[in-house]
Amino acid sequence: MELVEAIILSVLAASTPLLIAATGELVTERAGVLNLGVEGMMIVGAACGFGGAWLTGSTIIGALCGIVAGTLLSLVFALMTLGLAVNQVATGLALTILGIGLSGLIGAGFVGEKITPAPHLHIPGLTDIPLVGRILFGEDAFVYLSLALVIAVWLFLYRTRAGLVLRACGDNHVSAHALGYPVLRIRMFAVMFGGACAGLAGAYLPLAYTPFFIPGMTAGRGWIALALVVFSSWLPGRLVIGAYLFGAVTILQLHAQGAGVDLGQLEEVVDQMGQPLGLLPDGAVIAGHRLGVLHHPVLDGLVL
Amino acid sequence: MQLVLEKRAERSHTIALVSPLIAIGLTIVTMSILFAILGKNPISALVVYFIDPLTDGYSLQELVVKATPLVMIAIGLSLCYLANVWNIGAEGQFLIGAVAGSWLAVKTQGTDAGFWVMPAMLLLAAAAGALYALIPAICKVKFGASEILTSLMLVYVADLVLDYLVRGPWRDPAGFNFPTTAEFDPVATVPVLIEGGRLHLGAIIALVVVAAATILLGRTIKGFEIRVVGAAPRAARFGGFNSDQLILLTFAISGALAGLAGIIEVAGPVGHLQPGISPGYGFTAIIVAFLGRLNPIGILIAGLFLALTFIGGEQAQIAMKIPLDVTKVFQGILLFYVLACDSLILYRFRLIFASRQVPSGTG
Repeated sequence: MELVEAIILSVLAASTPLLIAATGELVTERAGVLNLGVEGMMIVGAACGFGGAWLTGSTIIGALCGIVAGTLLSLVFALMTLGLAVNQVATGLALTILGIGLSGLIGAGFVGEKITPAPHLHIPGLTDIPLVGRILFGEDAFVYLSLALVIAVWLFLYRTRAGLVLRACGDNHVSAHALGYPVLRIRMFAVMFGGACAGLAGAYLPLAYTPFFIPGMTAGRGWIALALVVFSSWLPGRLVIGAYLFGAVTILQLHAQGAGVDLGQLEEVVDQMGQPLGLLPDGAVIAGHRLGVLHHPVLDGLVL
Repeated sequence: MQLVLEKRAERSHTIALVSPLIAIGLTIVTMSILFAILGKNPISALVVYFIDPLTDGYSLQELVVKATPLVMIAIGLSLCYLANVWNIGAEGQFLIGAVAGSWLAVKTQGTDAGFWVMPAMLLLAAAAGALYALIPAICKVKFGASEILTSLMLVYVADLVLDYLVRGPWRDPAGFNFPTTAEFDPVATVPVLIEGGRLHLGAIIALVVVAAATILLGRTIKGFEIRVVGAAPRAARFGGFNSDQLILLTFAISGALAGLAGIIEVAGPVGHLQPGISPGYGFTAIIVAFLGRLNPIGILIAGLFLALTFIGGEQAQIAMKIPLDVTKVFQGILLFYVLACDSLILYRFRLIFASRQVPSGTG
């Protein structure tokens, strides 16, 4: 049973960065912008987050550094796509290429250093309950934060006026503009929120997941977060299921190897194969309709 | 007072010509600042990056060797982008092409197979690359799945397939457990053009591809259809062009070219199959395609320029201890500037003064 507990704990840890990054991107896409630079913002968030925590010794400052870094990069993206009406796909890719280089430069000084990982919650009594105690009451703060974030985003999107306006910008920007909403400004905030989340998700990796920084440590998680948004059909609730599913596959593969089921790369191939294929059913039903909306260029001549 | 972006009545041809140059200029200024921040002399760093590789014969050959895959992949990608479909997975198609071609090289190793091996490897690689690219294309046409995400995810799959093969079934028994196949036989390698040099037949193939793409886009109806579907989808529909078919076609061509580039790289400069055969050619080619304005001749020039950054980056690392990541930063910034400058071909900035009254009657 200890193995089960260990697996669930590691699944939660592996899923959290995916969940945070995907939640941010979901808001961005709901406003009608596709930011493919999640991987770039995450990796810079990881480097800055580790740098901040290493210099100050504080996990919170580290996380804030990651958030600021992600937000700044997303502002560059917003300036390009919203301000200059540049193609979103190409700009997002440029952001990822730039981010991978930048994180290498920023993180070069930190490679090999160690920090104290983010502490895990410990409530005497509750955390000590066998089996469920550590899973429910013994996580690090980021895990609880990520779930709170999803709930907050759900409440915002479906229970507030501002959320309705944001969704309107994504569903029909012409109508939103005609009704007098500042489409570009709303989209800019959505992009910035996505950037902040990606930066935080990146910072989670060196702050809580592994207490050190290695170049390229996001290892494609940003792209998986993007895929998750499609997988969840742009619904926050399904995002949680999707993130834990993807996290579980990653971890189970590791445990299967450890347990002697040594399929090695082959298993990983199958795992990765599942990711694009997982997109298909949703693609069939929703993506065709929705991505058509998302890929529309920004309105001509709008004022930021 | 407000700064407003407004659409030009027609494309500005002047800006279309100078925008890549402006972008390169701005990138060089930005990089100088970055070098200064890193505590290096910007002038000497730029000389190492952009001038030194052009001064000796070995580097010049290496430049062409590095530009070959970039140009071939970028030509294919430009067809996709012109048709407004987004193949981001050229890196995967490159790797699958390399794997498929290597299969024949591995199977014929040590046999007395004749000169047909090399051409057959090229064909296999092109076919495999095309088929691999058709996966996201078919998913898009049949199910409406986003080709951006599916093609990209397939890069990881290709990477792992290659990894599995060279660590497992195809590993060189005499290779000291290194994850690599044995060196290919001479009949399974791309011949070099100059005896003892690095320049190989792939460079010629790349030039042929550039010429073919120029003809396809400029002189054939298919090329015209590709451009119309991308630029004016409604007009293409009224014209009766089959856009689904064009998506499949452009993906297949770009996959085939990426696969071809993959096997040429493996059977040429590398000589055997191993992980890490590509320093991100498939992704850098995206920058090449845009820097070259999605035009075959432009792509040829842009490919040589980006190849220069790879070689300059390596030399700068050796000579001035500048981290290799600077090259990535450079490429990212360059793509940003290119895209931003391109925006000015279709749009222009205008200052609008708040005090100015809207003339009555125009609403």
